[in-house]
Amino acid sequence: MKILDHTAVELSERIRQGEIKVAEALEAVFAQIDAREKELHCYVTLMRENAWEQADLIQAGIDAGNLTGPLAGVPVAVKDNMCTEGIRTTCSSKILEHFVPGYSATAVEKLRAAGAVIIGKTNMDEFAMGSTTETSYFGVTKNPHHTGYVPGGSSGGSAAAVAAKECFAALGSDTGGSVRQPASHCGVVGMKPTYGTVSRYGLIAYGSSLDQIGPLAKDVRDCATILEILAGRDDKDSTSVDREQMIPGKDGVKSGEALCAGNDFTKALQEDVQGMRIGIPRDYLKDGLDPEVRTAVLTAAEVLGQKGAFVEEFDLGLVKYAIPAYYTIASAEASSNLERFDGIKYGYRAAEAGDLHAMYKKTRAQGFGVEVKRRILLGSFVLSSGYYDAYYLKALRVKALIKKVFDEAFAKYDVILGPVAPTTAPKLGESLSDPLKMYLSDIYTISANLTGMPGISVPCGEDKAGLPIGLQLIGDCFQEKKILRAAYTYEQAIKADAGSQNGRG
Amino acid sequence: MKVIDDAVIENVSILAKLELSEDEKVQAKLDMEKMLEYIDQLDELDTEGIEPVIHIFPMENVFREDVVTNGDMREMILANAPEEKSGMFVVPQTFA
Repeated sequence: MKILDHTAVELSERIRQGEIKVAEALEAVFAQIDAREKELHCYVTLMRENAWEQADLIQAGIDAGNLTGPLAGVPVAVKDNMCTEGIRTTCSSKILEHFVPGYSATAVEKLRAAGAVIIGKTNMDEFAMGSTTETSYFGVTKNPHHTGYVPGGSSGGSAAAVAAKECFAALGSDTGGSVRQPASHCGVVGMKPTYGTVSRYGLIAYGSSLDQIGPLAKDVRDCATILEILAGRDDKDSTSVDREQMIPGKDGVKSGEALCAGNDFTKALQEDVQGMRIGIPRDYLKDGLDPEVRTAVLTAAEVLGQKGAFVEEFDLGLVKYAIPAYYTIASAEASSNLERFDGIKYGYRAAEAGDLHAMYKKTRAQGFGVEVKRRILLGSFVLSSGYYDAYYLKALRVKALIKKVFDEAFAKYDVILGPVAPTTAPKLGESLSDPLKMYLSDIYTISANLTGMPGISVPCGEDKAGLPIGLQLIGDCFQEKKILRAAYTYEQAIKADAGSQNGRG
Repeated sequence: MKVIDDAVIENVSILAKLELSEDEKVQAKLDMEKMLEYIDQLDELDTEGIEPVIHIFPMENVFREDVVTNGDMREMILANAPEEKSGMFVVPQTFA
């Protein structure tokens, strides 16, 4: 088996057994980057020299028996909105083009401590605002399956890098679907954990109440393994939660579910959905859903049914209100979070801009791209005096209603199953002309952000053009293990099926 | 439909600290009207008596001792400054 064909877990195992050197893995991945990066543009910054230094240290740590974890020696990528000490971190924005953080995000620290080799910072929509990676100041990323198409977004660089084998796994961030949707469009596995599971310290904020860091990986096992490494309470993020200490009936965990809440996600990698109750929102299968995506998703549901799950369709309700509520809340939070980019302490500053106030306005006008400005303006409006109640508070009330319909659904079902996106990846250049249309494509993913719930995207086929289709499994808050178990069962069933077909052929 | 007039755009651009060209103002007006018209769908829902939810999980203030954990990062921080002089950030004139 070629080095690049291994999953992250397989690669680390072989490295720890001494069959592959960390340097060989790194060489293989950089050779692949040399071959494909020019065409795909997954990375904003490659960390070649730094990676070689890391590799030596990590190899030594493995040889000495100090690094024994399941990611030791594995080359991984990090989305460019997570701070990396001494390595520039741009958010794919002109305003941060030359910003070099003095510290690393907790998620990055955890990857490093686990012995992963961080090889580069991946391209994204500017400040994670976009669904195609086309709003990046540094240019678009192309879909590895078909370079005429976008990789999805905003973690498009991370998804494309995993799909193109330009890394073995990557971190993304998901505010409205930004891990799950590019995973779907690039044919990899992507997961957004429950809000608070992964520390947001060092993640440059977009919508603080919605943002979560999550893994993009080659399979469900890699995904669970990485999440297990990332998860945990962090004093540096007061919204992070200690899942090990949760009290049933309190803290957002329902009674009797405490055992599910811990961080030992790999324990859920079991082929067993016997008796699992899976609901498919009928509202997710209606107008606007591409027929090929619909068929692939329903076929996947059948597979889980054949494996013993109880699968039925139901009416979720309020689906169309999630997008307007989301864009109101996310824009409001973005307008506040992005106030810090003022040209004083770091980042771009407009030249000869006049007095302080004029400098702020010119710096931000020149430093931010069109989509970021659009959201800052909308956010400033919905928070402004006279409109705050009618827009911002209204959206927060609707969020409460949406949470309620999901609570009702999870009283009946263990898992909600549906598509990740209404279509496969759009063509390059098709989405930016009509922002509202682009926002509408987030319809199946944003509810998980509004309600804090975990969601995973697993490949479930491809369309006629050869573009991947993703299956989404959503769980109740802190029920990652249920969706991981369903995702793993599905993945294994598909693998077995493909294996037997190859055998016949 | 909400009509966004020039005064609203002017006010919002001040709040957002964004200088907008005349063309950008026209575009911002169109974009915002279209988006707000879409957001107005939320008015179809009766939210009387529903408490606004900011955080999904019950959260309280968490107090802890203020302990210094990081070392001296002065050089690193100043290295990012657009303009620096004698270990300080340089800002444009703040009042005339």
